[in-house]
Amino acid sequence: MHDMVVAFSKSWGLFYLIALAVGVVIYAYWPANRAGFTRAKNSILDKDDRPWS
Amino acid sequence: MIARLTVAERQSALLILIVMSFLGLAMAVAGRGTPFGLHGFLVIAASIGVGIPLLRKFYAPEPNPAQFEQYYDDPTKVGIVLAMLWAIAGMFVGVWVAALLAWPDLTIDAAWASFGRLRPIHTSGVIFGFGGNALIATSFHVLQRTSRARLPDQLSPWFVLLGYNLFCIVAATGYMMGVTQSKEYAEPEWYADIWLVIVWVVYFLIYIRTLARRKEPHIYVANWYYMAFILVVAILHIVNNLAVPVSFGGFKSYSAFSGVQDAMTQWWYGHNAVAFFLTAGFLGMLYYYLPKRAGRPIFSYRLSIISFWGITFMYMWAGSHHLHYTALPQWVQTLGMTFSIVLLVPSWASAGNALATLNGAWHKVRDDATLRFMMVAAVFYGISTFEGSFMAIRAVNSLSHYTDWTVGHVHAGALGWVAMITFGSIYALVPWMWKRETMYSARLIEVHFWLALVGTVVYVFAMWNSGIIQGLMWRTYTDSGTLAYSFIDSLVAMHPYYIARAFGGLLFLLGAIVGTYNVLMTIRVAKRERAQSDGGTDVPSYGRDPVLQAGE
Repeated sequence: MHDMVVAFSKSWGLFYLIALAVGVVIYAYWPANRAGFTRAKNSILDKDDRPWS
Repeated sequence: MIARLTVAERQSALLILIVMSFLGLAMAVAGRGTPFGLHGFLVIAASIGVGIPLLRKFYAPEPNPAQFEQYYDDPTKVGIVLAMLWAIAGMFVGVWVAALLAWPDLTIDAAWASFGRLRPIHTSGVIFGFGGNALIATSFHVLQRTSRARLPDQLSPWFVLLGYNLFCIVAATGYMMGVTQSKEYAEPEWYADIWLVIVWVVYFLIYIRTLARRKEPHIYVANWYYMAFILVVAILHIVNNLAVPVSFGGFKSYSAFSGVQDAMTQWWYGHNAVAFFLTAGFLGMLYYYLPKRAGRPIFSYRLSIISFWGITFMYMWAGSHHLHYTALPQWVQTLGMTFSIVLLVPSWASAGNALATLNGAWHKVRDDATLRFMMVAAVFYGISTFEGSFMAIRAVNSLSHYTDWTVGHVHAGALGWVAMITFGSIYALVPWMWKRETMYSARLIEVHFWLALVGTVVYVFAMWNSGIIQGLMWRTYTDSGTLAYSFIDSLVAMHPYYIARAFGGLLFLLGAIVGTYNVLMTIRVAKRERAQSDGGTDVPSYGRDPVLQAGE
């Protein structure tokens, strides 16, 4: 059991972390997402203090 | 405040308090004459203490429905005050134990006042009491503003805030009576742990329910950090505290793990408590209050996303660096060391992102001590994450481990990063919450800033020096191959640094007292101003002219 977990974490652990890293970078740099991010980072600066209905 | 709860919410609150009283009574009966029984009485007292003001307003009419058109900030306001009071209490005990180390004769002859019982009161008081209340208070504020949605109900945030403080009090009083499962930062026993799980699940549900009601399509990055904090702390807390109580009428329990597995589980928990309690949550604060106060959007939103996922997935593996040169398998130690080094990338990405946000606002940093608190916090975040990665290297750890260097590192993070970002955020938040232009005194913020900064620098430098001297003395050999110094020799060498440390801590405590006075006076002046004006309907200061076009 111990050997199985170790083998699994030493092989697949590597791949899923790399896949995750690649996925995050692609998501962050996907051109179509840019507008949404820019809007998001500016929207907190609005001086609006009521929930939207 | 209670009259603002709906009638149904007041009834539910009363029901919860009655159930809690009965649970407390059962604890008091089952554990009579023991600390467990005393905690039963504490639960009863807490339930009655909340119940009396509730009953006094129990038959008040239904609240004005107009309040549901506004954000719900009452728990945030109470949470801010509680955080400041815990800061004073926790830091006072910190100065006390620092003084005990410098002058051991200062002790009074009582079991509860011994170093071993006071120290966890200090650590839990500042981390969970101060830090936790600040996180809960700010998270409710940030969550509502960034989601453009009100909290889903008015009862569950109170349950979380007050239930969490009950946990903190049970923890601190337990330590005084010797109730501990001796796991660092996880000292409270099984019944307090179960209670915290209930509180924490409700906390997470508030987050999910509010996000489900959000009007803003994108979930702002600060919320991701707060959610990682809540979710991961729940996982850590549950797994590390798996234990079998000796009986349901006593406090003592035994861990489900043993030997090196227990050590690994504990430090998987312990390091991720640093990562997700003391880092992720406070990064949530940083990503909201710093841009807001500087009046500039975060430098790179993309970078904030990448560093979020980096921190979330890599910290999980770093805990084993606490167990270098132990019975833990070598490859697990190396794994922890490697991940700790790689972690520098997302950590510095966050610190750099915060500092780059201030580009173009440095004149504000110069003039505004509130923003300066946040800037210094980002700098210390960069310093202590670099130091942490460095100390995780096995060879460096052989010098630093078990010495005061570790204590210095922790306080560079806790004072320089966590407390500084919290004070900065609170100084930004208090005027918004109590609808004033500014804090009561900008001067006192300035005083607090310099007390905190000087205190931190004195503390950290004292511990760096002390720790490295200590580490070197422990490993210096004579020509004949024996140790050159006895343990007592190293203790004598550390004494001046212990005095300096107690002094640095005292300055930091004084700063927290000044800050608390400033917050309380702001609240008082705001109340007086509102009483003098038209009679005080709680209209948000920015609500009158909405400058924002929905869907823009």
